[in-house]
Amino acid sequence: MSTLLDVDNLWVKFPTRNGIFDAVRGVSFSLGRERLGIVGESGSGKSLTGRAILRLIRNPGIVEAGHISLHGENLLDKSEKDMRAIRGEKISMVMQDPKFSLNPVMTVGDQIIEAYRLHAKASKSEAYKKSVEMLEAVAIRDPKRVMKAYPHEMSGGMGQRIMIAMMLIPNPEILIADEPTSALDVSVQGQVLSIMDKLVKDRGMGLLFISHDLNLVSQFCDRVLIMYSGRIVEVCDADKLHEAQHPYTKGLLGSLPKFDEPSDRLQVLTRDPAWRDAPSVEGRA
Amino acid sequence: MSTAISIEKLSVYFGEHHDLFQAVKNASLSVEQGASFGLVGESGSGKSTILKAITGLAPQWDGHMAIEGADLTHKRDRAFYKTVQMVFQDPYASLHPRHSVDQVLTETLHLHGFDDINNRINKLLLDVGLGPAFRFRYPHQLSGGQRQRVAIARALAPEPDILLLDEPTSALDVSVQAEILNLLSDLRSEHGLTYLMVSHDLAVVAHMCERVAVMQNGEIVEIIDVADMRAGKTTQDYTATLLHASANRVA
Repeated sequence: MSTLLDVDNLWVKFPTRNGIFDAVRGVSFSLGRERLGIVGESGSGKSLTGRAILRLIRNPGIVEAGHISLHGENLLDKSEKDMRAIRGEKISMVMQDPKFSLNPVMTVGDQIIEAYRLHAKASKSEAYKKSVEMLEAVAIRDPKRVMKAYPHEMSGGMGQRIMIAMMLIPNPEILIADEPTSALDVSVQGQVLSIMDKLVKDRGMGLLFISHDLNLVSQFCDRVLIMYSGRIVEVCDADKLHEAQHPYTKGLLGSLPKFDEPSDRLQVLTRDPAWRDAPSVEGRA
Repeated sequence: MSTAISIEKLSVYFGEHHDLFQAVKNASLSVEQGASFGLVGESGSGKSTILKAITGLAPQWDGHMAIEGADLTHKRDRAFYKTVQMVFQDPYASLHPRHSVDQVLTETLHLHGFDDINNRINKLLLDVGLGPAFRFRYPHQLSGGQRQRVAIARALAPEPDILLLDEPTSALDVSVQAEILNLLSDLRSEHGLTYLMVSHDLAVVAHMCERVAVMQNGEIVEIIDVADMRAGKTTQDYTATLLHASANRVA
């Protein structure tokens, strides 16, 4: 499998009044044309890892890494102008909540057209046609009406599909999806995921799927990195997640209520300080 | 056993005139004393609205509601809030950011006319597994799970019989969710509480409740025992769809 993205020894640091806080501590992994999941609790550094790849960590945050290379080119050496060309065109990102990631005062159509025309030299009418096609691809009925609508007129599930359409229209090679379905209902989640899955497969893209939902990741991804306090504690194949070895992964799995195996009490995760200090596991395939 | 909550032909409306929207349509259910009852359904199905109608947060309703045999009118008195308390979904939004844990609990206890406030606060904090060290902290000094524990302590302060739980763990990590669900089970057996719990997570509802009402578009589609639901003995297509969706998340 060819490697699209390779991240080596990534650190994200934030200076605080009490010294420097290391949010991500020496993470290395690679992403090919596959679906790679990153799971962990809030504060484990999974979202920051995704953002660091796109260099979206703002001051005073500090990103340090051996390299973050896309096709062998180190993204850390790029100027901000070059990065802007990479964001969207090469790597794009779907955020958690459509309510906060769509522009509330622009119509859906204008936003998608803007996303397309930033990266492709296309006339307005061409871009319009392309946008309608893209909305159809994410299973939006009546795309022409949706093009004219504002984000607040859309439901959560539609909003998220619009986000996906917008992120995929420049035809990126890598999609980073940061909790793309946690704001959605279970029934809509499945729908949004299968659309994303289909598009990613058809286009041969690499997908970095960030989520706190273990079950979801085990069903949706090929490979999973489990993060704990800024480090990768375990890497495993998604279908073998339930045979995971690390006590943290086991603890997380055990603390889920199980629909078909009722029990009086749920297992509570006891944290071992040694997990924090153990070196990061390498997440290369 | 007596009935703790009984709801008959409840309809709840929002808006007025041509904007009138019926969020709950002719819902009926009853919860026995000491039982735990779940409401499931997708967003917008009206499950939280039923809780709001009970607590008086959704004033436009008709039908019939009774708590422990006493009919509810459109006005709630203090005795009602001594019987029924609610825990909200988002512990980050439901605590006043400039009130310490002590202030939050003191206010509630004071409103309900208790005098040994000092002892009660310590006991409440112990009950929810926080301990007196947390008493003078502000919400921003607490984690999400700790905040939800404070919200539960606040709900327990008036010594209610019934707790309405509106997605109490959906904003929390799974490991913290396990702690809070265990805490809720313990409190229920210690204090003999009745729970009415809303959640979109079937596994959580199945873990916590004995009976479940499945809602869709404001209507109760089916009321079913959790044991039957586990066995897949449902008569309604919608329940089956919901069961399928929660088991196989990626269609």
